[in-house]
Amino acid sequence: MFERRLYFHVDWLLLGAVVLLSAIGVAMIYSVTTPPGARASGQVMTQMYALGLGLIALLVCLAIDYRMLAEHSLFIFGALLVLLIFVLVKGQTQMGGQRWIPIGPFHLQPSEFARMGVALMLAMYFGENRRGAKNTTDLILGGILTAIPLILIAKQPDLGTAVTLLPVFVGTAFLAGLRLRLLGVLALVGVLAAPVAWKFALKDYQRSRIQMFIDPEQDPRGAGYQTIQARVTVGSGGLTGKGFRQGTQGQYKFLPVAHNDFIFSVLAEEHGFIGVLTALGLYLFVILRSLEAARLAKDRLGAYLVGGIISGFAFQVIYNVTMSAGLAPVKGITLPLMSYGGSSLIAALASFGLILNVRMRRFTN
Amino acid sequence: MSTNLMPDDRRSLTIRLSVVQYLVAVLFAALAVAFWVFQIAQHQKFLETAENNRTRKLPLPAPRGVLLDREGKVLVANQSTLNIGLIREQTRSVPEVLRMLAAATGADETELRETVSRHRRDPIYRPIVLIENATWPQVAAMLARRLELPGVFYQEVPARKYPAADMAAHVFGYVSEVTDGQLQRADYQGIEPGSIVGQAGVELAYNSRLMGIDGNKTVVVNSVGREVKELDVNPPVMGRPLQLTIDGDVQKSIEDAFAASGFNGAAVVLDPRNGEVLGFTSRPSYDPNAFAAGIDRTAWAALNTDSLKPLQNRALQGRYSPGSTFKMAVGLAGLEEGVVTPGFQVHCAGGANFYGRRFACWKKGGHGTVNLKSAIEQSCDVYFYTVGNMLGVDRINKWATLFGLGVKSNIDLPNELQGLVPSTEWKAKYTKEKKWYPGETISVSIGQGQVAVTPVSMAVYAATLANGGTRITPHLVKAMDDGTGLKPVPAPKPQSVVDVTPEKLEAIRQGMWGVVNGAGTGGRARVVGHDVCGKTGTAQVISNQARIIAQARNKNVDYRDNGWFVFFAPRDNPQVAGVVFLEHGIHGPNAAQVAHHILETFFAKQDGKPLPPAPTHEQMRLDYKDSYARAGGGPVGGGQ
Repeated sequence: MFERRLYFHVDWLLLGAVVLLSAIGVAMIYSVTTPPGARASGQVMTQMYALGLGLIALLVCLAIDYRMLAEHSLFIFGALLVLLIFVLVKGQTQMGGQRWIPIGPFHLQPSEFARMGVALMLAMYFGENRRGAKNTTDLILGGILTAIPLILIAKQPDLGTAVTLLPVFVGTAFLAGLRLRLLGVLALVGVLAAPVAWKFALKDYQRSRIQMFIDPEQDPRGAGYQTIQARVTVGSGGLTGKGFRQGTQGQYKFLPVAHNDFIFSVLAEEHGFIGVLTALGLYLFVILRSLEAARLAKDRLGAYLVGGIISGFAFQVIYNVTMSAGLAPVKGITLPLMSYGGSSLIAALASFGLILNVRMRRFTN
Repeated sequence: MSTNLMPDDRRSLTIRLSVVQYLVAVLFAALAVAFWVFQIAQHQKFLETAENNRTRKLPLPAPRGVLLDREGKVLVANQSTLNIGLIREQTRSVPEVLRMLAAATGADETELRETVSRHRRDPIYRPIVLIENATWPQVAAMLARRLELPGVFYQEVPARKYPAADMAAHVFGYVSEVTDGQLQRADYQGIEPGSIVGQAGVELAYNSRLMGIDGNKTVVVNSVGREVKELDVNPPVMGRPLQLTIDGDVQKSIEDAFAASGFNGAAVVLDPRNGEVLGFTSRPSYDPNAFAAGIDRTAWAALNTDSLKPLQNRALQGRYSPGSTFKMAVGLAGLEEGVVTPGFQVHCAGGANFYGRRFACWKKGGHGTVNLKSAIEQSCDVYFYTVGNMLGVDRINKWATLFGLGVKSNIDLPNELQGLVPSTEWKAKYTKEKKWYPGETISVSIGQGQVAVTPVSMAVYAATLANGGTRITPHLVKAMDDGTGLKPVPAPKPQSVVDVTPEKLEAIRQGMWGVVNGAGTGGRARVVGHDVCGKTGTAQVISNQARIIAQARNKNVDYRDNGWFVFFAPRDNPQVAGVVFLEHGIHGPNAAQVAHHILETFFAKQDGKPLPPAPTHEQMRLDYKDSYARAGGGPVGGGQ
């Protein structure tokens, strides 16, 4: 299955950047979760195992021809939905959400794999369609395919992760040639739906998060706390940062869940503006390089698959980094590759396996 | 199976990919700018906030200087106590934290809230002490709920310790947190809110010397306020010690004798040669430890509403008729003004008429013919009525003042009140009636009427009689430490010096010697071999007729006479002088009984003999006969 010549077409630069970002993530998690003089924390070990497993997953996703995967996309998508329903019924509850399926010592979070499943499904749907995605029917069908897992995830409740499915859908549809007028309609619906959602769909804590983001000083000890502390964390880093494991905001836990949602703030505090530019540069490289892979793709399926995955990825990166600087409402949107979380890292690495896969097979039939 | 890209598709895809590319690039550039603003442009501001987040400056209160007695024994020291405090900055909801802290420690939530509200204007990063003198179980309960009590911490601090509890409480005074009113005053400049300062007695008078300099430490804390490490310690500087003139053994003998007597009152014992205060008490007393540990509201209210006024320093602030103890001043005035000689005689028939009114002697049968010495010895009222009448009130005033009565002693304790020895000038200036009637002088002559003196001024009077006219300034500090060890402090200058003709003084002293060692009323104060001189006094607190009426109306008010004893010893080379005042002590001789234990202790110590044990109540053999508890009695009855 894995022909020798394909080896020469692997995008080593992209792979290198992805692995480097993951390694930086592990280092930052180590910095913030391990007290001085102690051995590496449990979180570091988990992340290391996940990195190993993720690289294996990446290899698997690379080795199997994406076209073959696409052929089974309906089965994969179905399996994903089953897992998501299973989580809702029998999943493990932690930190206010029912998100996990325990498998031996590990906890699988199926929602992290939803982006990949949706991207594959949408790529298959739009890619096999001669018309591309030009009319309203395509849009509605694609929308329904996205909405099903989105609602299941939002029910957990994990609104942050659920929302990341939207850019996958919008990105794929856009690349598939969605008419700009329809896109405009989509945007309009979004704007009109916002107040309704505010009133009916959002829970009190979600509303207060958004309010607090707009005016964090309103309640600096309460809901606005994270936003303020995020800015302090980032701002106090300065040009060169306080040094590895020298950050005070993350180390002394003034910034909550620093190893998870706010890992980028920790990086900004300890390595300063220079560290921020380095990481942002790597992420930008990864995204642009992936978009390049989409351009080079042999077929529409490949191009849409890469486009969908990288849209979700880019959205997550941009949103999380904005939030890390206290410039966006706090949502449970992790920073892919760097944030603590086994499923998240494995899913991210696997999805880059698919991107590499598309690029590598651009000359094959 | 799969659909390869047609050229058309490819062009459209390429364009759309470029759109996404540029969109992403622009957003990343915007992010880079945002981070530049925070990390470079506003770096300083955020760095300060971060530092403020993680570091906390905690005060390290300085222990106050210890108080030593004249022999270097520790009278007042410090002990380590636990405080539970709050830094509001670290707390999300202060009322919530107070509620939980109260529940955890059993403290009164209302009081905690009041404490916080007292400090509401302090900067929110300044720690507020919520529970002073916390117990270990309270601290443990607080620590167990530490996560729910952000901003709450405990601290070990030095607190004032008065090992002898209520002994000499009015000398030492007490300490407590500086009040808002004090902070406004110029003399409290430089004192931080929350500091512990002296509020009475020596603690107040020598506060700046005793206070020391508070230190502080900067610690790193995490988000729940747990101390992670120390950054910087600025140790406190202990206050300077103060050596008092108080003799711990003499002081204890005073307290023991009062306790055995069961009476309240005051006593001041001086060295008549220089004014050093050897012992000083005011009773009832209070326990200054209660203040050091943060007095609670009920205890404070009890001290303030107690009808016996334990917080009042009777020795400095109580003004009482001196009764017969005033007679030496009248006698001395008569001698020095040349009105009488020691041999001057008066016949006492149990009373005499002056200005158309009869003035009784306390001895109804009369003393017969008495001279100055026997008149003092037996406390004959008629003799001093006669001498006083010959002198007139102004000459009595002159000599009483020279001997320290009716003026402040200027002892180094705060809030001393001035007594009163009347004069025509005083009456003209301060009363409605203006004119002095000679008949008023008769009552003054035996220390009644308007005469009102403080016990400390009586001690000065006794000392001035002892040293022959030098009105020494009583003082409490023997030595101070200015950083180079204890150095003696010279005695303050006398308030006045008058040359009393030795023979005339000798006549008075002979009378006072007779009071104790002859047929007089002060025999109970006798200490064999030490020639104690003294004079008892029994002073009414109200005229006899008024007392009968008042007692019928209100049985709970104490109208029993006050008992006095002024003394010095030994007669020819006085080393100790002083006064014992028994409030409602009924008879002067009861005061002499109290003085006996004090003098016995003083001389035993001087002679290197074992100190006498504390007397029992039975050994005091007090005289509870109260002649005026029933009807009867003359218009003025000067006591024994």
